[in-house]
Amino acid sequence: MSAQSLLLKEAAGPGQDLNAQALRADARRESLRLLALLAPSLFLVCAIIIVPIGWLFWLSLFDETGAFSAANYARFFEQASYIKTFITTFKVAFIVTGACVLLGYPLAYMLSQLPRRAASICLIFVILPFWTSVLVRTYAWLVILQRKGLINSWLIDLGVISQPLSLANNFSGVVIGMTHILLPFLVLPLYASMKTIDTDCLRAGMNLGAGPAATFRQIFFPLSLPGLASGVVIVFVLCLGFFVTPALMGGGKVVMWAMRMEQTTSLYSNWGAGAALGVVLLVVTLALLGLFQWLLGARATGVWSSR
Amino acid sequence: MNRTTSFRTLAIAGLFASVAAPAVAADTITVASWGGTYQEAETKAFFKPTADALGITIKEDTTNGLDDVRLQVTGNAVKWDITELGADECARGSKEGLFEKLDYGVIDKSGINPKLVHDDWVGISYTSVVLIYRTDVFGDKGPKTWADFWNVEKFPGRRALSSSQATETLSVAALASGLPIDKVYPVDIDGALKSVDKIRGHVDAWWTSGAQAMQLVKDGEVDMASIWNGRAGTLKKAGAPVSFSFDQGVLTADCMVIPKGAKNKEAAMKALAMFVSPQLQANLPLYVDNGPVNEKAFETGKIPAERIKDINSAPENVKKQVLQDAEFWRDNLVEATEKFNNLIQQ
Repeated sequence: MSAQSLLLKEAAGPGQDLNAQALRADARRESLRLLALLAPSLFLVCAIIIVPIGWLFWLSLFDETGAFSAANYARFFEQASYIKTFITTFKVAFIVTGACVLLGYPLAYMLSQLPRRAASICLIFVILPFWTSVLVRTYAWLVILQRKGLINSWLIDLGVISQPLSLANNFSGVVIGMTHILLPFLVLPLYASMKTIDTDCLRAGMNLGAGPAATFRQIFFPLSLPGLASGVVIVFVLCLGFFVTPALMGGGKVVMWAMRMEQTTSLYSNWGAGAALGVVLLVVTLALLGLFQWLLGARATGVWSSR
Repeated sequence: MNRTTSFRTLAIAGLFASVAAPAVAADTITVASWGGTYQEAETKAFFKPTADALGITIKEDTTNGLDDVRLQVTGNAVKWDITELGADECARGSKEGLFEKLDYGVIDKSGINPKLVHDDWVGISYTSVVLIYRTDVFGDKGPKTWADFWNVEKFPGRRALSSSQATETLSVAALASGLPIDKVYPVDIDGALKSVDKIRGHVDAWWTSGAQAMQLVKDGEVDMASIWNGRAGTLKKAGAPVSFSFDQGVLTADCMVIPKGAKNKEAAMKALAMFVSPQLQANLPLYVDNGPVNEKAFETGKIPAERIKDINSAPENVKKQVLQDAEFWRDNLVEATEKFNNLIQQ
């Protein structure tokens, strides 16, 4: 734009209008051509994302007789269980994300500092469970945590406790199971971003007299934030839609939104009832992501908006 | 060269087959059920003998229930000629007009509880909800009635009930409040919910599938639970230290329907008539713990006498149990389930 105005200024005289017109036409042609190049991918996005979500939203506006109504949304306020389930979902998501950060950050940091060979061997241990079915891992946790499971029988045999701890079929079981399953989603992007941090920056800090703690706090940590932010967002969003682990580890006492969707869809002879739950979750998730981006600013969120 | 020839032969054979297909299709029906060991038992008890007797081919599929049927019927893409459902689903689907009318000139309904014989659906088998307890915890002095199960002082221990089958848990709760088995229906929903409210703080797990109920009891995660009799029987046969009886059981029926717009209605009607006949019904308990819906099956002499006492729908056992009223739940399911969820999803 600035180059254009510069040109226009220089070309003062009778040819100016003509020149400006030609330039504008050129710019229009260029943007049309770019749009044409984009068209296939725009079409794809529209066909596989916008249309189905729009359809979901449309379905949620009809009751079981096919009449236009807000009944599917009114239900959230009439039946106390919906709000409770919704709060539970976000409570679980926040706690699991927090636990993943507490465990994942030191792990990713260690991996990024190890020599390359050792790091790749350790990474295999992060990725290996990632390839195992979620169902299998959840059942494995059940075997470990339940009343007569590994942990309780060991602790009782060692005489540490006399009564078994309740670790499974409750809130803590859900958090443990989900944290384990979601940890790689935090570690992998975080590790990738830590690997790209220029060690010269750290050396420069040391040269200027900062101790290891200050170097980490003032240089390494801020530079690792984009990776951390993207890991946190991935984990948080995956938490919101989790089904298998809370269904099996929660003992029916921890009901999350996805489980509620399944119940509602089978209870009402109407797709709209379940669709409304999907719409609410989508809207709230998008709002939260917006809030997150606003809070952390463009610096930390550079991963999903490359500004 | 050889390969091309054989391809050509195949293609020609295929052409003939497709021309001949309509004649064959008239004698092929597709039946959908729940899969697993139950459907394997149905194949041996019902499907194979019927196919042999009528000279037709019975293809099998599996269903997730009423949603699948609704999707097929409203989408004009009916794949099945007969499908199995839970009785309350049959009652709901019937109200929605999803099924073809049954011809009781072809299907002999004698021996089937009239509550399970309707214009467009008919019962096929029974499952019971029973009380199971671990004998390594209670010996033989475990909870025998639902009132015992609710009595947390006399029977301390961990408990599991079903949350996915709200209607069954509400029937159980009504029994626990002291109602005799013939006074449970029509269920006083608010009264039953009050009863659930009393026990919910002592329930350590709410199960949502039969497999989960079985695992909870098998691993000793709970000491007593409500459970389907088929799962309870499997546990006992596998040697788990458990005990259960049909006292105060809740009988739930499964039913079969012909989805509206089924391609092969006539053959389906004949096959359904075979499925509910006493002779084939008597086969079912030989393979699985789900009891026959036709009580005349017990008069065929096919079922060994010592097996009869373990079958939930044997006349002696039926007397001890409450039959889930499908039409009551058709009208009250949504309201009752939402209230139940409000209570237990804290």
